[in-house]
Amino acid sequence: MDDNTIICRCEDVTWGEIRKQLDKGYTTLDEIKRITRAGMGPCQGKTCQRILLRAIARYLNKKVEDIPISTFRPPAKPIPLGTLAGEKDD
Amino acid sequence: MIKNADVVIIGGGVQGNSIAYNLAKRGQKNIVILERNTCASGSSGRCAAGVRQQFGTEMNCILARESVRILEQLSEELDYDIELNQKGYLILAYTEKELAQFKKNVQLQQSLGIASKLITPEEAKEIVPLINIKDVLAATYCPTDGNANPLLTTFAYAEAARRLGVKLYRFTEAQKIESEHNQVTAVLTNQGRISTNTVVNAAGEYAKEVGEIAGVEIPVYSQRHQILVTEPIEPLWDPMLMSFSRNFYFQQLPNGTIVGGYGDPKNEIIGHNLRATWQFSKVMAKKMIQLVPALKNVHMVRQWAGSYIMSPDSQPILGEHPQLNGYYMSVGFSGHGYMLAPVSGKMLAQCILEQEIELPIEKLDIGRFERGELILEPSVV
Ligand SMILES: Cc1cc2nc3c(=O)[nH]c(=O)nc-3n(C[C@H](O)[C@H](O)[C@H](O)COP(=O)(O)OP(=O)(O)OC[C@H]3O[C@@H](n4cnc5c(N)ncnc54)[C@H](O)[C@@H]3O)c2cc1C
Ligand code: FES
Repeated sequence: MDDNTIICRCEDVTWGEIRKQLDKGYTTLDEIKRITRAGMGPCQGKTCQRILLRAIARYLNKKVEDIPISTFRPPAKPIPLGTLAGEKDD
Repeated sequence: MIKNADVVIIGGGVQGNSIAYNLAKRGQKNIVILERNTCASGSSGRCAAGVRQQFGTEMNCILARESVRILEQLSEELDYDIELNQKGYLILAYTEKELAQFKKNVQLQQSLGIASKLITPEEAKEIVPLINIKDVLAATYCPTDGNANPLLTTFAYAEAARRLGVKLYRFTEAQKIESEHNQVTAVLTNQGRISTNTVVNAAGEYAKEVGEIAGVEIPVYSQRHQILVTEPIEPLWDPMLMSFSRNFYFQQLPNGTIVGGYGDPKNEIIGHNLRATWQFSKVMAKKMIQLVPALKNVHMVRQWAGSYIMSPDSQPILGEHPQLNGYYMSVGFSGHGYMLAPVSGKMLAQCILEQEIELPIEKLDIGRFERGELILEPSVV
């Protein structure tokens, strides 16, 4: 994987940016997300979380299962504010 | 794990990291931060990113004004872009009582050199043409308020502190603070014991507990606050929109997402509760659409909950404990602990190093509650 490979499309985060944070010692998914916004885009990591986890695991020489996944901020299904507020869809 | 430290800071949120950096910058050596999870895993990572100077007490106004001055050059100082975005705060008055308070607030703010002003609903609509000004009596506006990125600010302080020699221990929990003859002597952690004469409680939501492990009672409590964020959309308006009487705040961040929330203190059970509720997002969506009808078709993508750490007068507790030497606190920020971290970290560092403290923070000591010298902040959401 080269530094220009895009890991998170929604937030336009490359492997190079993620590797830079791993090099600094940020080794958890949470830290990487907080700093780079990878996984925080409109799809809420549906597209990129697996790829991100695999990339972190490979860097750390660990198994994907051994990278802890955050439990907070459950992704909500995107829903229009109008629908939430009880207005009719249009 | 090291065995001795000159200063042990408990908590790797924006407060703990700001204190560490400010101490190290002033020459303090051998500083350790204990963080039981990772940096910004607490309230600092759940916050709404707002930075405002429009408060109702002289104390909060001065603290916030000084913090904004620091924030304005912080990216440069820490060599890390903290994404400061001074797009203003527009605070709407819907009741006569509120309007009377706002008049007092603006007078106070202006006397302290804060660039706020009282404006008419029509002027408010000029600033944000998308808002519905029905029932709005007036508004206050301060163009130098705004937002910055709390996560990056925390990491920016952490990295600058590390460059100055501060050691950060992640996944390390302070479990007991020992003392002898009313002097702190050590911190016991799940990774071992550190001898030290100076401990700083910057444990955010767990400040009360980090008092208890030292045998100190701190009158703060956690109160859940929820928040939601939308998908990114084209820039629609600039300032944070806020109301105390209608109880909401929301703003568009530089990345195009809209972030906002409200508090429900009357119905919240006191304690550590980080569950997000459907009820919240429904009510919040209603509040947002009522003020900005154009948001109807914008999608919420995520919601979460965090804790405010409330003190009896909604102002922080800063300084040393009068009965326990070497036990310092930077707690109880009551929903403003991100924006105040640049100044509170600096003031606490000056206090610990017994340097001249630039601002009258001695009034924020824990003793004020016993003396009955509360500094009640009227303007909080
Ligand atoms: C929904 C919401 C919106 C907010 N909006 C704003 C806003 O717009 N503007 C603003 O200024 N403020 C806002 N705040 C408030 C702000 O988030 C907090 O005041 C601030 O983050 C407090 O920082 P802190 O460092 O004191 O606490 P925290 O960030 O909670 O840090 C404390 C750290 O201590 C660690 N810890 C606790 N106990 C121990 C222990 N025993 N040993 C080791 N580590 C321990 C925790 O893991 C945590 O990381 C908001 C808060 C919430 C919840
Ligand atoms: S691709 Fe990463 S959040 Fe959507």
